[in-house]
Amino acid sequence: MRDTTPAVPAQARRTTGGIGESTLRPDGIPKVTGEFAYASDLWHEDMLWGFTLRSPHAHARIRSVDVSGALATPGVHAVMTHDDLPAATRYGLEIQDTPVLADGVVRHHGEPVALVAADHPETARRAAARIVVDYEQLPVVTDEKTATAPGAPVLHPGRTDDHAPHVAHPNIVHRQPVVRGDVAAAKARADVVVTGEYEMGMQDQAFLGPESGLAVPAEDGGVDLFIATQWLHADLRQIAPVLGLPEDKVRMTLSGVGGAFGGREDLSMQAHACLLALRTGRPVKIVYNRFESFFGHVHRHPAKLAYEHGATRDGRLLYMTCRIVLDGGAYASSSPAVVGNAASLSAGPYEIPSVDIEALALYTNNPPCGAMRGFGAVQACFAYEAQMDRLAAALEMDPVEFRRRNAMSQGSVMPTGQVVDAPAPVAELLRRVKAMPLPPERQWESAGGAPDVRALPGGLSNTTHGEGVVRGIGYAVGIKNVGFSEGFDDYSTARVRLEAAGSEVVATVHTAMAEVGQGGVTVHTQIARTELGVARVVLHPADTRVGSAGSTSASRQTYVTGGAVRRACEKAREEVFERGRARFGTYHPAWATAELLLEGGKVVTDGGEVLADLADVLGDEAVEAEVEWRHRPTEPFDPHTGQGFGHVQYSFAAHRAVVEVDTELGLVKVVELACAQDVGKALNPLSVAGQIQGGTTQGLGLAVMEEIVVDPVTAKVRNPSFTDYLIPTILDTPAIPVDILELADTHAPYGLRGVGEAPTLSSTPAVVAAVRQATGLALTRVPVRPEHLTGT
Amino acid sequence: MDFLRPADWEEALAAKAAHPSAVPIAGGTDVMVEINFDHRRPEYLLDLNRVGELHEWQTDGPDVRLGAAVPYTRILDHLRPELPGLALAAHTVGSPQIRNRGSVGGNLGAASPAGDSHPALLAAGADVEVQSVRGTRLIPVEEFYTGVKRNALAPDELIRAVRIRRATGPQQFSKVGTRNAMVIAVCAFGIALHPENRTVRTGIGSAAPTPVRARVAEEFLAAALEEGGLWESGAAVPPSVAAHFAELAAGACNPIDDVRGSAAYRRRAVAVMARRTLGWVWDAYRHDQGRGARCA
Repeated sequence: MRDTTPAVPAQARRTTGGIGESTLRPDGIPKVTGEFAYASDLWHEDMLWGFTLRSPHAHARIRSVDVSGALATPGVHAVMTHDDLPAATRYGLEIQDTPVLADGVVRHHGEPVALVAADHPETARRAAARIVVDYEQLPVVTDEKTATAPGAPVLHPGRTDDHAPHVAHPNIVHRQPVVRGDVAAAKARADVVVTGEYEMGMQDQAFLGPESGLAVPAEDGGVDLFIATQWLHADLRQIAPVLGLPEDKVRMTLSGVGGAFGGREDLSMQAHACLLALRTGRPVKIVYNRFESFFGHVHRHPAKLAYEHGATRDGRLLYMTCRIVLDGGAYASSSPAVVGNAASLSAGPYEIPSVDIEALALYTNNPPCGAMRGFGAVQACFAYEAQMDRLAAALEMDPVEFRRRNAMSQGSVMPTGQVVDAPAPVAELLRRVKAMPLPPERQWESAGGAPDVRALPGGLSNTTHGEGVVRGIGYAVGIKNVGFSEGFDDYSTARVRLEAAGSEVVATVHTAMAEVGQGGVTVHTQIARTELGVARVVLHPADTRVGSAGSTSASRQTYVTGGAVRRACEKAREEVFERGRARFGTYHPAWATAELLLEGGKVVTDGGEVLADLADVLGDEAVEAEVEWRHRPTEPFDPHTGQGFGHVQYSFAAHRAVVEVDTELGLVKVVELACAQDVGKALNPLSVAGQIQGGTTQGLGLAVMEEIVVDPVTAKVRNPSFTDYLIPTILDTPAIPVDILELADTHAPYGLRGVGEAPTLSSTPAVVAAVRQATGLALTRVPVRPEHLTGT
Repeated sequence: MDFLRPADWEEALAAKAAHPSAVPIAGGTDVMVEINFDHRRPEYLLDLNRVGELHEWQTDGPDVRLGAAVPYTRILDHLRPELPGLALAAHTVGSPQIRNRGSVGGNLGAASPAGDSHPALLAAGADVEVQSVRGTRLIPVEEFYTGVKRNALAPDELIRAVRIRRATGPQQFSKVGTRNAMVIAVCAFGIALHPENRTVRTGIGSAAPTPVRARVAEEFLAAALEEGGLWESGAAVPPSVAAHFAELAAGACNPIDDVRGSAAYRRRAVAVMARRTLGWVWDAYRHDQGRGARCA
């Protein structure tokens, strides 16, 4: 007992590495040096390699499958088709419409048809090539017109899902109207009416670590799966029925994830590897190559958006109507939620009294689309921000000033009727990006005379030395929901253990959170340090031995799993105080009377007096606490009016883009993309800036280069490679000055706001607005291609 | 797939004669991609990395003799004065890692119309030195490309070197891609002034089934320069001449619509690049002229 120790000064006492500090990622340096073990590096003695045979057609009936050639290949241990599945044959995130292996029909290019396990990946590949599939090609549906035409092939006959009764055609997955106010009356009063039709191509998450995992059969008849995913328990919920196993026989451990961005929410090779492992009794690894990866995960929904806005002469928005058609591709994936976001966020961060909104997602024979960073909101933001610029132009008003006049703020009412009950600093974010100093003009010019082509459109390709180059500046702002919406029970589980190891106390945090690069590993450690006052925090590997942490998506992990970790820490702390009172309470009255804190490995009073070493309070007995933590509940949107308290929290970001456009060649150099974002509380400012810069860059990619090109006639993917699916290089990535606001949302832990998605929204329209300003072109489609800029 | 590893050039020729289907590999930046994507499964790979002479170059004659496997990085670092157009083209190839491995020999062997070195070779003037156990041939580069990804090599021949005319005047290279680095050409244009015989040569990439010269444009420009006495006077090229040269360059294209770009865009981009690069080389020529005159 050291209850006579004088109180140390607060500064020295404080635990370092807590929230608000820019602690470094533990996996940062290993990732840069190549030492980090990704799921594709998994290895097991005696393991086999799985390979997936995929459909070369977008829509076809399978007349027959002959696997004899593959089975006869030396080194092959198993070949599986739909007929070999032991239990459930379909799975899905929201609607179980996706075949584990094609069941007589393939509905998109690249759909899995058969599996091979062999002792060498090349053997598996060759054996798969010997499987003879007799396809009868069927007509494809590729857009709203072909999907809902009379006599159109119904891709999923006999639907029984919750959305089926509300849609006008079975090839519509889900439709969500949002109606509020009186559009007709508002239209009569409008001085200016602006309409526009917009289109967004299919973006890919383009994560660098391909789909990969290792399934190891266990003696109890179960299986252990080591896997790169975004949500262990959602995988588990879908895999176990396919294997015909209870969930406790399917044990999952997160492996090294090389990026996700939504593309790992759906199953890829998880069930396939487990099926092959259970069939062969051998560990089975499946890793996709880059080509296969483009077929192995869902993409961002391409969209067509038709908008109409009316405003008064003095720049007040009166009404908005829109119709958003999202292409969900062959299977539902997250389409219903994407529709919900698109509909409820389609008005943007603006006060618009009257709205008539409709969003829907289609079933087509295009590649399946699902979750990708900012889903639903990204598509809408591109269109409504283009509309804001058109309105400003029609009113001869500065586009930022026009937005400011209509910007929502705390207390504003969403089109869904939901009152925004946390700070919504939309006007302030715009003001901040506009106030940032502009990058100097003609930065490619040097004193020596030779231009620095790296600062010009075309870069090292040396296409211009300044000829034809025009600068443009554009602004955009967006709104994104944080967390799962529409009544979803969106909880996280955290287990925290405090134990003394000699004089040092170690806190172990165990959650099933998938670290996909978002920074949960730093933030959760920081939370534990802050709440428990210990320096040493160990993160237990994420697995299914603890309850669900929910998905690493929807900008929710810091909020929800962070909230769970915090609450578990609080619970553990209370128990420490209980124990302290029981053991040492008689030595010092403050145990009973003072507010107690854990700081610097000690129990202290709020006055700073040290009561005990935490290690002494713990002794030989660890303290453990586990909680399931929920954010406040939401409710579904009314199926007819779209009214409802649908979203947990909103997040806002604004961008200013500065571009140089080679107007003769149609090439774009983004010079700067300044961003201002309100993050409520930056738990790790370095990570927050990284998220903002990453999201901004992904939005830039969508603006000027990223698109999966699908042949409109055959519905086949034309560019499944990094040769032709282009993502920004460092020479395409501009300076990204970041201005972080911290206006607390009192409903959230520490007042924080989900960060990861909002910057992806406004980046794209800001870049396109800047290109419009430089060229005077309407540019209603992204990605903007050189052909659009040159009329070729 | 068998992997043949000849220790020297003679062994390489013998191996190629014995296995004419063998695919030669040096840097592997093209062949390995094709194999990884399962676009080809050669029966034999003929690894040329032990043949040291292929990584060497000689600059002592009127031509630069560039070993087939000299990586682009070396061209950039060591041959910029002799081969300025090729050095510019080399800088646009892939990433630093790819430039450290990839070579002109590989570009010629693959004979993709999108290969970055072709327009520079066509503009500079070059012969491909190919060899087999039967003997050596020198193939003018414009005759080397015979079709999409096809070249004039006989099945038993290997590319030993490329003999490229040493630059006697300014050269430029320009390439359009939809990204500011590490991008396959949507189309490309090379130009070289040859003041010693008052000719202009060009090369166009990715805008026809093979890399091509814009011969009509070259002849028009040479005649216009001659007629205007511009080689002597060093006066500016009249905009109308530059515009017509650009138009004729676009006319030399026979492009397709594909996932990388439309045919119409490629024609337009070639015209823009032709006009701009002509401006750059002529400015450089005038600058050199002026300096030469002052020195004299």
